[in-house]
Amino acid sequence: MTTQQQLQRRRPYRPPGQLGGRTPLNGTFKRRATIVGFLAPALIVLAAFVGWPMISALQLSFTDASGFGTPRFVGFDNYVRIFTNPNIVRAMGNTALYAVLFTPLAIIVALVLALMLNSDRLPLRGFFRSSLFLPFIVSLAVAAFAWSYLLDPQIGLLNYWLQTAGIRIGNVLQDPVLAMPTVVLVAVWKSFGFYMVIFLAGLQDIPKSLYEAAQLDGANGWKRFIHVTFPMLSNTMTFVVIVALIAALQAFDQIYVLTGGGPYRSTETIVMQIYQSGFKDLDLGFASALSYVLLIVTLLLSLVQFLFFGRRGEDTAS
Amino acid sequence: MTTLAQHRTIAATNTRSKRTRDPVRWLYCAAFLVVTVALMLPVIIIVLTAFKPASEVNAFPPSLFPHQWTFANFKAIFSALPFGRLIANSFGFAGGVTLFALMFDSLAAYALARLDFRGSRILLIVIIASLMIPFQATLIPIYKIVSDLGWVNTFAGLIAPRAADAFGIFFLRQFFLSLPRDLDNAARIDGASEWRIFRSIILPNAVPALMTLGIFTFVNNWNDLLWPLVFTTDQKMGTITSGLTLLTGPGGIIPQGIMMAGALIAILPLAIMFLLVQRRFIESVASTGLK
Repeated sequence: MTTQQQLQRRRPYRPPGQLGGRTPLNGTFKRRATIVGFLAPALIVLAAFVGWPMISALQLSFTDASGFGTPRFVGFDNYVRIFTNPNIVRAMGNTALYAVLFTPLAIIVALVLALMLNSDRLPLRGFFRSSLFLPFIVSLAVAAFAWSYLLDPQIGLLNYWLQTAGIRIGNVLQDPVLAMPTVVLVAVWKSFGFYMVIFLAGLQDIPKSLYEAAQLDGANGWKRFIHVTFPMLSNTMTFVVIVALIAALQAFDQIYVLTGGGPYRSTETIVMQIYQSGFKDLDLGFASALSYVLLIVTLLLSLVQFLFFGRRGEDTAS
Repeated sequence: MTTLAQHRTIAATNTRSKRTRDPVRWLYCAAFLVVTVALMLPVIIIVLTAFKPASEVNAFPPSLFPHQWTFANFKAIFSALPFGRLIANSFGFAGGVTLFALMFDSLAAYALARLDFRGSRILLIVIIASLMIPFQATLIPIYKIVSDLGWVNTFAGLIAPRAADAFGIFFLRQFFLSLPRDLDNAARIDGASEWRIFRSIILPNAVPALMTLGIFTFVNNWNDLLWPLVFTTDQKMGTITSGLTLLTGPGGIIPQGIMMAGALIAILPLAIMFLLVQRRFIESVASTGLK
């Protein structure tokens, strides 16, 4: 830092914040230089690669930019194209379907495993917790290879076991109906560990005394889950639901590897379409408009989360 | 399940030796083990298939374990792809992003946590708001910037856009705030500069948070597919994750055994790292969720 020598000079000490107020150590040029020095590297990166791209994408979305020639302003054409192109509408439907399948399934698996892991009855909890968390650090792309091999109609082990048990699933990844549930299952497998760990932290925050009180009132296990565990877990639950929904909107990796969007576009999602139109068809204006639609949906979801957490804050205060 | 266990502790005063002999408990444990193994199946299949000879990989009926263990797949993957290069690229990319992000994020976080200045609140709100932006939404303009700079197929192009991130700044700021102010005020009385306080007081005390964020950043970037796919067109600049997907193609051109050998190598560094710090890592993941 260039400001280092400038700050070597001893500054009179001022106590930090009277009664928790701000400490205005400002005023001097050196002070400002220090602050700028600390902030500048991160802010330059964020401005160049988050702030500017945000503005730029909005601008691009109103043009016919293709990477060649001068982009022409086309007004809302790209947005009109999004909502009139049957492939894109289909991709939106697919993304919604994906989210509707993924979110509850991931949450149920994660919650059940978290409840089991939280039990004193279970020995080797550390071992189980780590093993169940392991899929989370495996890349979704790599996990998708393993799944496609397991599900292979000729040589897949899982397919073979199911056949032995009398269940014929055929080539699930080439089946227009089953392909989507399959890519959802792979995503659930990859991410349940993450949600499980968050639930586990939530469960451990529930005071034991609540259970003891319920016990004294004669509540059985199920009743205690419904009347104690579930309400006490509602904040964690909201958080997980929103995070899972946002993750579902951005589904890409395993679909790219497992199905490439097929068969018959049945697994094509919004991000697949952004990648396709932006980086394969070089229809940059259109891809930017699509990005903005994704951005707006994500922001709306985040807003719901924000409002909920805001309300919760007031509830606790009152 | 929780409640069942609690019931026991309250209702009966079981001694520990009695509990370990409880058959229900072991049945429960066995059932859980089955579930865990089933959920681990894809990982298990990667490891076991990587050591299978080609004839067994495509054999019907398929078997879980190789009859004959071989390293041929590992040799083959290095000739199918510039695999050594891809591993180096993955380390360069994920390591580079992690290093820069830790540096830049902690500097900014320090300013936000300790150097009270006008506009710090608004800045913090803007940073938190930018957390909501999915990176796919800004990918095309970022690509334009990177390509205008001539950075496609370079480490600069892969790393620079991620050299700082809003989540990291927010996460570290929260941690810095939890450190007692007396710690640095004592140094301030002695006339230490902010830079010196940051470097020799705050950073050493923030090692756990830095490690957590570092691992998180490293894992995410190592595993990322879309990013290297977009910013590298030359196969030699790809990462393991993006390189392996080139092998799949329609119908899978490369034999599965070789793919799995590649997959195993791709997982291994993360698995080792995870095993070394699993407890801290899992606990910190839990804490990031409940901010």
